[in-house]
Amino acid sequence: MLQEKLQDVFNEPGCSTNQAKSEKERKKGCSKALKPGAAAGGCAYDGAMIALQPIADAAHLVHGPIACLGNSWDNRGTKSSGSQLYRTGFTTDMSELDIIHGGEKKLYKAIKEVVQQYDPPAVFVYQTCVPAMIGDDIEAVCKFAAKKLGKPVIPVMAPGFVGSKNLGNKLAGETLLDHVIGTVEPEVTTPTDICIVGEYNLAGELWLVKPLLDEIGIRILSCISGDGRYNEVAQAHRARLTMVVCSQALVNVGRKMQERWGIPYFEGSFYGVSDMSDTLRTMARMLVERGADKAIIDRTEGVIAREESRVWRRLEPYKPRFDGKRVLLFTGGVKSWSMVTALEGAGLTIVGTSTKKSTKEDKERIKKMKGEEFHQWDDLKPRDIYKMLRDSEADIMMSGGRSQFIALKAKVPWLDLNQERHTPYAGYDGIVNLCEEIDKTLSNPIWRQVRLAAPWDSKPDSKPDVKPVGA
Amino acid sequence: MGNIQRFPHSAKAASTNPLKMSQPLGAALAFLGVDRCMPLFHGSQGCTAFGLVLLVRHFREAIPLQTTAMDQVSTILGGYENLEQAVRTIHERNAPALIGVATTGVTETKGEDMAGQYSLFRQRNPALSGLKLVFANTPDFSGGFEDGFSAAVTGIVEEVVQPSETTVKGQINVLAGCHLSPGDVEELRDIIESFGLSPIFLPDLSLSMSGRQPDDFTATSLGGVTVEQIAAMGASEATLVIGEHMRVAAAALELKTDVRSLFFDRLTGLEASDRLVRTLSELSGRPVPAKLRHQRETLVDGMLDGHFFYSRKRIAVALEPDLLYAVTSFLADMGAEVIAAVSPTQTAVLEKLKAATVMVGDHSDVETLARDADLIVSNSHGRQGAARIGVPLHRMGLPMFDRLGAGLKVQVGYRGTRELLFEIGNLFLSREMDHDSHGHAHGHAHGDGHEHGQHCGSGSCGCSAG
Ligand code: SF4
Repeated sequence: MLQEKLQDVFNEPGCSTNQAKSEKERKKGCSKALKPGAAAGGCAYDGAMIALQPIADAAHLVHGPIACLGNSWDNRGTKSSGSQLYRTGFTTDMSELDIIHGGEKKLYKAIKEVVQQYDPPAVFVYQTCVPAMIGDDIEAVCKFAAKKLGKPVIPVMAPGFVGSKNLGNKLAGETLLDHVIGTVEPEVTTPTDICIVGEYNLAGELWLVKPLLDEIGIRILSCISGDGRYNEVAQAHRARLTMVVCSQALVNVGRKMQERWGIPYFEGSFYGVSDMSDTLRTMARMLVERGADKAIIDRTEGVIAREESRVWRRLEPYKPRFDGKRVLLFTGGVKSWSMVTALEGAGLTIVGTSTKKSTKEDKERIKKMKGEEFHQWDDLKPRDIYKMLRDSEADIMMSGGRSQFIALKAKVPWLDLNQERHTPYAGYDGIVNLCEEIDKTLSNPIWRQVRLAAPWDSKPDSKPDVKPVGA
Repeated sequence: MGNIQRFPHSAKAASTNPLKMSQPLGAALAFLGVDRCMPLFHGSQGCTAFGLVLLVRHFREAIPLQTTAMDQVSTILGGYENLEQAVRTIHERNAPALIGVATTGVTETKGEDMAGQYSLFRQRNPALSGLKLVFANTPDFSGGFEDGFSAAVTGIVEEVVQPSETTVKGQINVLAGCHLSPGDVEELRDIIESFGLSPIFLPDLSLSMSGRQPDDFTATSLGGVTVEQIAAMGASEATLVIGEHMRVAAAALELKTDVRSLFFDRLTGLEASDRLVRTLSELSGRPVPAKLRHQRETLVDGMLDGHFFYSRKRIAVALEPDLLYAVTSFLADMGAEVIAAVSPTQTAVLEKLKAATVMVGDHSDVETLARDADLIVSNSHGRQGAARIGVPLHRMGLPMFDRLGAGLKVQVGYRGTRELLFEIGNLFLSREMDHDSHGHAHGHAHGDGHEHGQHCGSGSCGCSAG
């Protein structure tokens, strides 16, 4: 079963990376072979959890020993406007005895306890490596539990060792397609109902976008899965249009929703000024094509014009402050390229980027935008980055949290672009937030101080001019 | 104290908001206390990523940690190839002084024979005979953080320590359990050195995990006890063993070297600190230095000033076993009533706890047991539950991701005890003052988290962190 799912995901025609591969390469799947002793990154279970956990009113129960949940719960900044149940960590905490006798009974008991105590609209049950190895049939247990308890109990078949985080995202998408989407009918529908796929409401980013959609008259019928509610996700099949955010992760969901329910989809981004405007325009146009009132196109253009001029006006004050400042960017994928354009619009210079997670097309696109001079590093070692920063080849580094200490130990400003940040960067206001954060950190007086030599290291001529008492 | 209730295990099938962390993570922390070390998890890569994030969030430091990256195929066929490749790659790239291998649930479920893999590796890689390689069995599905830490330290002792014919005068070993923060180890070093003794700490987190500004960026741990120092532990006069979970390592050390062990179940509290100081004075043959005498005086004074606020306070504590023992004992010393002591795992130490209820459980158990408590003491994961029932939270242990300086807290010796005493005492004090001015003494007893949330201005309170 799982093997078929994996093949299916690897063959995803909506994924541009996949289509660029030969038949044989594709069979191998999207996870690159990992090098033991030099690998980094999360597992498939991790990716599945990232994609589904933002469904806030559901219970998320991890079937496995303590490692998978015990070390990881309560570490993501995805926000909910209501139920907080998703923040509770549930696990079967399998013991040696469960390994010997099998964990199915314990899993059923655990599901029952969670349902009785919290009464969630649904329970997601995550398969992890160890129960997969001993052959626990969690699909059967979930089926049984759903029948007994009268609630959806959904098996998420993404044990860590099948692959990367990214693969886990996709498997989570398959889970929704198989068990959730299409199981609930909405009370009312409108011609402007949309479904957003792959937006997790980190730091509340969705909330920077939603007011604009409200104003235009576009309704988010379901968001998969930021600030999500189980029943909203379950009625996604009645949307008129799907937007897939960040192409790699959940494009399978968009494509299969088109296949099954005839809902067209497009790939868009909420990051950066031009991408944001493009996204709104595409949404309006496609909705009109599907029969929505033409008036939303004018309303969209109105909002875009106002917001763009507002955002450029708000970025103006940063220009003189950012003049001559160089940014080293370490983030994969396309997601941030319109963000980068916006940053350059605000006066920053981007000196280079890593392309570890980027596709061939991404790299081509970057080359086209920035010219051949621009640095693109495939695999830069921490030590080399450290040296570059130490030799002040950049004034600030922007990256995910994992590499923050490379910058901080080199005493160079650093800004988090990934998961654990607390400031939302999506939408028009997000770009202003980002510039504000960059400005705050660049202008912080600590940088001058922490670079001072210690008193015992300083040369005599740099001694402060202290006059002897009485002189 | 009256009737002590003991529920050795919560009967639930679902652990809810776990307090437990897995064995390999504990092993990783122990390995991080060795200079130029690379901890390596023998398992799938996800386990490593999670462990790494947790340690980074707690210490706010770069954490070296590698994986043998087992996938589905190698899991079925066996992981020796991955292990060998990982060790060789790490050796080539980073040339560490020691590689510390911890197994995981994935490799332990398969039942891989680690002793066999070790000999096979040595056989096949004679060129790497100089590389120190320590294997620890740390399945995720049994034991917990403390057990993993203990297994790693024991492994290091067995692999690295050398017996010695001679004794170096004044040299003593300290087996430092995981309930000691880097700050604690630093404090302990100060105390021991003030008697003219020279300690070798195993592990020594004070050098590697307390915030460093290196000249170059290294992929291995930087600072900590060196492999040479560990090898020389056989020449010490005595070994101070700190914490119940260090007993196994102590036994291994004694077996190998004949250095005698002196056991300390805790170092927090007046009497506990007295015992340490008396022992050090005897070992060194020197009088207690003036600085420590003065510290003792101020601790006694602090106890007198502070006891008003501790008396009869109802406190729930949820921590790793040895830290749980140290903290509950200290609170009992101060006249507080520990209404519940919750441990993530079953260990012998639980028998000694002075608490009305002792239980192996999780944060949701604390939430149930602490409804009418005056304080909860636990790691940062306690914040959600504490906020829900409106009881202030004092953070201790690991992970502590929502406070700065988590690794540098000091809670051992006269000075550390004094600091802990003031921190918790101030929480009680400020609440009493605040509640007076708002006209009700026990806001939280009504179970109304929101209403009293605004009085907890201290920032240590769960209410504000929610
Ligand atoms: S790799 Fe497997 S055992 Fe490790 S965290 Fe992921 S699911 Fe759990």
